[in-house]
Amino acid sequence: MKKRKERIDRGIKVRSSDIFALLSWREMLYLGAPRILPVVVCLVLPLVLGPYWQKVLLSVAVVALLAISWDILAQTGMVSLGQALFFGVGAYCAGAMNHYWNLSPFLTLPLATIMGAVICTLLLLPVLRLRGIYFSMVTLIIPLILVRVIEATKIFGGTEGLSGMTPLPSKWIELYLVLAVLLCVLFGFRRIMDSDYGLVLKGINDNDRSVINAGINIYWFKAQSLFFAGAIGSFSGAFMTHVYMFVGMPVFALDYSILPIAAAVVGGPGTLAGATLGAFILVPLSEALRGFGGLRIVFYGVFLVIFIVVLPEGIFHYIQRKYHQIERWVGVEK
Amino acid sequence: MTTSPILQTTGLSKNFGGVRALHNVSFDLRPGELLGVIGPNGSGKTTLVNLITRFVKPSSGTVTFKGKKISHLPPYKIVRLGIARTFQMVKPFYHLPAYKNMIIPLYSPRMKQLAGGKYGDRDAVALDLLEEVGFERDAHVAYKAAGALPQGYLKRLELAKAIALQPDLFILDELFSGLSLAEVASIVPIIEKLRMAGKAIIMIEHRLKELFRIADRIIVMNYGEKIADGSAAEVMESEAVKRAYLGAEDE
Ligand SMILES: Nc1ncnc2c1ncn2[C@@H]1O[C@H](COP(=O)(O)OP(=O)(O)OP(=O)(O)O)[C@@H](O)[C@H]1O
Ligand SMILES: [Mg+2]
Repeated sequence: MKKRKERIDRGIKVRSSDIFALLSWREMLYLGAPRILPVVVCLVLPLVLGPYWQKVLLSVAVVALLAISWDILAQTGMVSLGQALFFGVGAYCAGAMNHYWNLSPFLTLPLATIMGAVICTLLLLPVLRLRGIYFSMVTLIIPLILVRVIEATKIFGGTEGLSGMTPLPSKWIELYLVLAVLLCVLFGFRRIMDSDYGLVLKGINDNDRSVINAGINIYWFKAQSLFFAGAIGSFSGAFMTHVYMFVGMPVFALDYSILPIAAAVVGGPGTLAGATLGAFILVPLSEALRGFGGLRIVFYGVFLVIFIVVLPEGIFHYIQRKYHQIERWVGVEK
Repeated sequence: MTTSPILQTTGLSKNFGGVRALHNVSFDLRPGELLGVIGPNGSGKTTLVNLITRFVKPSSGTVTFKGKKISHLPPYKIVRLGIARTFQMVKPFYHLPAYKNMIIPLYSPRMKQLAGGKYGDRDAVALDLLEEVGFERDAHVAYKAAGALPQGYLKRLELAKAIALQPDLFILDELFSGLSLAEVASIVPIIEKLRMAGKAIIMIEHRLKELFRIADRIIVMNYGEKIADGSAAEVMESEAVKRAYLGAEDE
């Protein structure tokens, strides 16, 4: 007899999907846990980690932000291979403002976030009409061009970069600032992508013809998505400038483009939460593999392949399914 | 008739490489008129729709809507002026419930214009519109994923998306194809109601019998050219039409 897997919503999911969930603690917890857990993790982790892993946590948050930024673009039908562009532009904006005008990090961070978003949007505006791989190629190339421009024109310290940036007042402010931003971005944009507005953005990816056919200018909406993604990416770059107290050409490195994509794909694209989860798994994994020296990248690659083969839907989708549904094998008639 | 045409095309042509998909097509349409467009497969009917709505750029010719030339505008602006079309190949968002498929047209800037800057509760409007086209409210069909709906509902969803835009001109590309007689019979009154409300309608159809019953006027296409234009009876009498349909039409 042939069998197929049947998936049924858990009783508690059904019970907690309307207002009566408010009458029971168990059901409230079921609804609240997925939201409370990440907040608790972000509150507690900095306290329990040693100084080395606290630094790693900063990278985790930054990669998570870049992965969310990537995922927002991808959900709008733009596959970026150049998250380093957003990261680097934000980093240089903050660095320049701090270096030349001596602005405090608490000013450079928000200013660089907005400036970076504007610059990235303007840079990519001319190629919004490109589809699929053509758009991707351009995003890959622009950061590489910017590196050469900085090298050749020697602006912003040229190959030396700019150093001696003002750090944030303490490592605790660093940690909790970036984690708070991460949580706000995660929950905020999950909400936005679930709204009618988000539906239009996702519609552009699924079937842009039907969005145009509603009288909607898809390029205007794509530009907005680009602005959001640019803002998130630029913030992460600006933040790292103040953490490293340095900004230079490495901010346009390929790592900042590739790692966020890996995180989003492994974690489960299309949810933002998956992208975040992916960063929380891949970045520490990469650190843990440091002991392997030259073979590190090999092991890392093997892990990536395993994740993708075993859970092609992404880790978050898998967990979400287990949380909401029970599965059982049932026989198929005929 | 005395009213001025709502839509006018003059010398519309389109070549795809060497293929002459449409050649020198001119016609006009008055408000409240239901125009049927028929012709064998590949005769250029969908191309005509694509040129009017500017999803495809004409090689030459102009389109005038409400006295204004629109053939240079991008498609989304044409929609905002009040032309809504359905697609021959319906492509809903399969994973979304049917009523969520209505959100995107309800998000249209055209809705905002018409409603004076406010959108209202889109979900409620979506459910009302779907009920209007025959999604039984009691059976909760509107809440089912679009991917799980039979073709008949998908076509009605497509029509509801056009109605949501409150256009002055509907262009329906083979709305009836793939539907049963009963399903067609249930959609016809919806279309007649739109016409009663003074909307101009262009229907591309292969289902001649059903079309002739409701159309005021028929245009016949063959090899990208308009070969006849008139009432159903006149058109079917024409020699050119008989020739085009001999052999081509054996359904
Ligand atoms: N994008 C395109 N590129 C190249 N050729 C095209 C394109 N679109 C249509 N054609 C060609 O133009 C001609 C007219 O096609 P069209 O789709 O307008 O026909 P139709 O009358 O709608 O046919 P059907 O009844 O099958 O829907 C066909 O020969 C078709 O192959
Ligand atoms: Mg066609």
